[in-house]
Amino acid sequence: MAKYNFTVDGKRVSVDAQPEMPLLYALRDDLGLNNPHFGCGLAQCGACTVHLDDEAVRSCVMPVSAAANKTVTTIAGLGSPDKPHPLQAAYVAEGVPQCGYCINGWVMTAAALLKKNPKASDAELRDGLAGLKCRCGTHVAIMRAIKRAQSSQA
Amino acid sequence: MDRREFLKTSGALVISFRAPSFQALAQAGGKPALVPGELDSWIAVLPNGDVQAFFGKMDMGQGLDVAVAQIVAEELDVGADRVEVLMGDTGTSCNQGGASGSTGVSNGARLMRRAAAEARRVLVERASAQLGSPATELKVADGVVTGPKGSTSYADLIGGRYFNHKVEWNNQVGNPMDIKVPAKSKAPADYKVVGKPMPRRDVAWKVYGTSKFVTDVRVPGMLHARVLRPPRAACKVKSLDAGSIKGIRGAQVIRDKDFVAVVAPREWDAVRAAKALKVEWEPMKAPFVPMKDLYQHIRNAKVVKREDEVKKGDVNAALSAPGVKVVQAEYEWPFNSHASMGPGCAVVEIEKDGSCNVWTGSQKPHFVRDGVARLLNLPPEKVRAVWVAGPGSYGRNDAGDAAMDAAFLAKATGKPVRVQGMRADGTAWDPKGPACVHRARAALDASGKVVGYEFISKGFSRQHIATNESQPADSLVGQSLGVAPNPTQIFGVPGESYGFENKLLGWETIPQFVDHCSPLRTSHLRDPVGPEIHFGSEQFIDEVAHAAGEDPVAFRLKYLTNPRHAAVVKAVAEKSGWAGLGKGKGISFADRNGTAVAAVAQVEVDRKTGRVWARKFWIAHDCGLIINPLILKQTIEGNVVQGLSRTLFEEVRFDRDSVKSVDWASYPILDMGDAPESIEIVLIDRPEVAPSGAGEPTIRVIPAAVANAFFDATGVRMRRAPLSPEYVKAALSKA
Repeated sequence: MAKYNFTVDGKRVSVDAQPEMPLLYALRDDLGLNNPHFGCGLAQCGACTVHLDDEAVRSCVMPVSAAANKTVTTIAGLGSPDKPHPLQAAYVAEGVPQCGYCINGWVMTAAALLKKNPKASDAELRDGLAGLKCRCGTHVAIMRAIKRAQSSQA
Repeated sequence: MDRREFLKTSGALVISFRAPSFQALAQAGGKPALVPGELDSWIAVLPNGDVQAFFGKMDMGQGLDVAVAQIVAEELDVGADRVEVLMGDTGTSCNQGGASGSTGVSNGARLMRRAAAEARRVLVERASAQLGSPATELKVADGVVTGPKGSTSYADLIGGRYFNHKVEWNNQVGNPMDIKVPAKSKAPADYKVVGKPMPRRDVAWKVYGTSKFVTDVRVPGMLHARVLRPPRAACKVKSLDAGSIKGIRGAQVIRDKDFVAVVAPREWDAVRAAKALKVEWEPMKAPFVPMKDLYQHIRNAKVVKREDEVKKGDVNAALSAPGVKVVQAEYEWPFNSHASMGPGCAVVEIEKDGSCNVWTGSQKPHFVRDGVARLLNLPPEKVRAVWVAGPGSYGRNDAGDAAMDAAFLAKATGKPVRVQGMRADGTAWDPKGPACVHRARAALDASGKVVGYEFISKGFSRQHIATNESQPADSLVGQSLGVAPNPTQIFGVPGESYGFENKLLGWETIPQFVDHCSPLRTSHLRDPVGPEIHFGSEQFIDEVAHAAGEDPVAFRLKYLTNPRHAAVVKAVAEKSGWAGLGKGKGISFADRNGTAVAAVAQVEVDRKTGRVWARKFWIAHDCGLIINPLILKQTIEGNVVQGLSRTLFEEVRFDRDSVKSVDWASYPILDMGDAPESIEIVLIDRPEVAPSGAGEPTIRVIPAAVANAFFDATGVRMRRAPLSPEYVKAALSKA
């Protein structure tokens, strides 16, 4: 057990844990956050995605020790109904999620991608979102929402 | 009555608080018993005139709650934004069957419509007495009742109080539950709210992370649990070394017969303990056939039950008549997994007085209540099951097992318990969609006319376990404890109206590999056996059309006898510009309980990699009266893409005694790179026809539309699903 200090959605936090414990369990179990979801525990789906500094990472396989002294952002910290991230606003406008359990992966990955490449083409988006899962089949709506967000920023 | 009491009994559940038990709810504040024969079980008017509707089904992202709100608002003449729909809580709603068979609107909302109409009738009657004008002279607008001598409002008439008004219940439970009321519902021509596009209500909280999934429910003192499924089907525990998890803080083993679980106060410790626990299981019994022999096994297996659902004329005579040309083919579909986005999860708390609260992602929470009551030997009124949005649904997935596991463990530990599976519990251990083989024959006379047609599906029953969790025998914990399951033998036939003069549509089921604790046990998966059957039947229609030298659209239009069926085929052909579409196009059509859907797909096939890209889809959809075209389109889109995933990628892998599809690598589903570029949808609205459901119908036309398009692109028939790169390459190299 060791103590790890980091920032989550603007708040300084401290977690006592084994270094190999995935960050996901620190966020959900120790800090009581709801949003990053357990989907597979294998970095195969994206439901647990958060930003670690500016990178989208799969918190289900990222050891908590790797977050020490860094900044973690969850989807709730990305934006809010009052101050939405453009992707969140676009997702709401397009009514994208159905069951919604996969949403962290798509929104947090796309947010990191657009930050680096705001004008990403269709092909770049499809590549950049490879490996994320959505069981409800909202993929076409996701693409519409990302393009809406891109044009709102253009 | 006291307003606070009222709100406590009917308000939305606040998850962090202990939920009052069903009995306490029913008796608090003078509320009549929560039974279908009381109007108060369906509708409440709050002190400010807002309306609550208590719905005994649930919505998991297809906007059913919005449809119910629109229908209730329409009948009551209030704004839809003033109607809150409380769903899937056994403490506030009657058992309308949960999510089931696309009946949310057709059955579920039909009852809500009658209840709302009756509420309006009662309120207008009371207004009439208060205002001294006959009811016929009163008008209602947004909950305000106005007549020649003045006005009043729903808030004044009843706000915060109960109707105490009986309605006539048909004594049915589940999907067929209905009520009879003196009130007449509105005529569709008068609709102002029904038929309008209105956005879903669960999008924002999901996008901003401002509310909770069932996985986020936390109860003070709760333990985290992981259940250890046997490594092999139907295999028993030989021995167990509880000492193997001694080093993990607070971790404890719970074992009863062949049910093994670990619990710990911290979730990560439960995960670690489940990995570390040493269990010696019985050796392999090899109940399954080798996967490569699956379809041969199905062909040769003895038939447990056969049913000929459509029988017209003499098919055998037609097929053996001299001079006819016989077309025949067989189609194969593998086991499919629900593979929900997250493994099933539930939290169960047993209170000091013995009453039990269950938070579940199951789409049939009322049946979860019944199952938990049976498992724990409690009267059902001591159990309250609350549906909270879960990590996926689409049938009997692993959510019900999670609830039953959690209930068992809460009793065993005396503490609240949260169970969530690991990935393999959702992919390897969920109930499966059944593998099957379809054999089809048709006879054409010299003029090319179809004179005989036969389509027989043979496969595992679609219900080795029931479609709900009301019986411990249908749960893995129940089976691990030795409760014998009692499977139902049922399959299905194509939904169509082709007017072939001699026609036989039937099915045959075969024995299960093993009768308990099998990861290949079957139960309902979105549109049970719909994609499976129509993959075959709608490809076969194309094969017959080709044999007759006819265009697949023209052929369907020639034989479809139901004008609504023909209309969707025509509409999709027009929308897609069928005649002018290049190579790689395919059409498919089906009916599902009165909803007619046709799809055109256009695909590109990469012969080197075997990749099929279904680039474009066009859909024509007729489900009778449309409640909300915006959400209907979103629901159809989801069906298209989920159906495409099952068509192109999904196949449960197994060896002689276990399922080898355990995660997203071994059970791939559609990736963004394979998503269609566009889906264009034509909605046919038929206000005069009662709505017939849209949650599932579209998924059944997708597989054959893609396979027919594949044939058009390559000249090769894919009679085995999925059209995965591996199978496509093999098929093309043989051609």
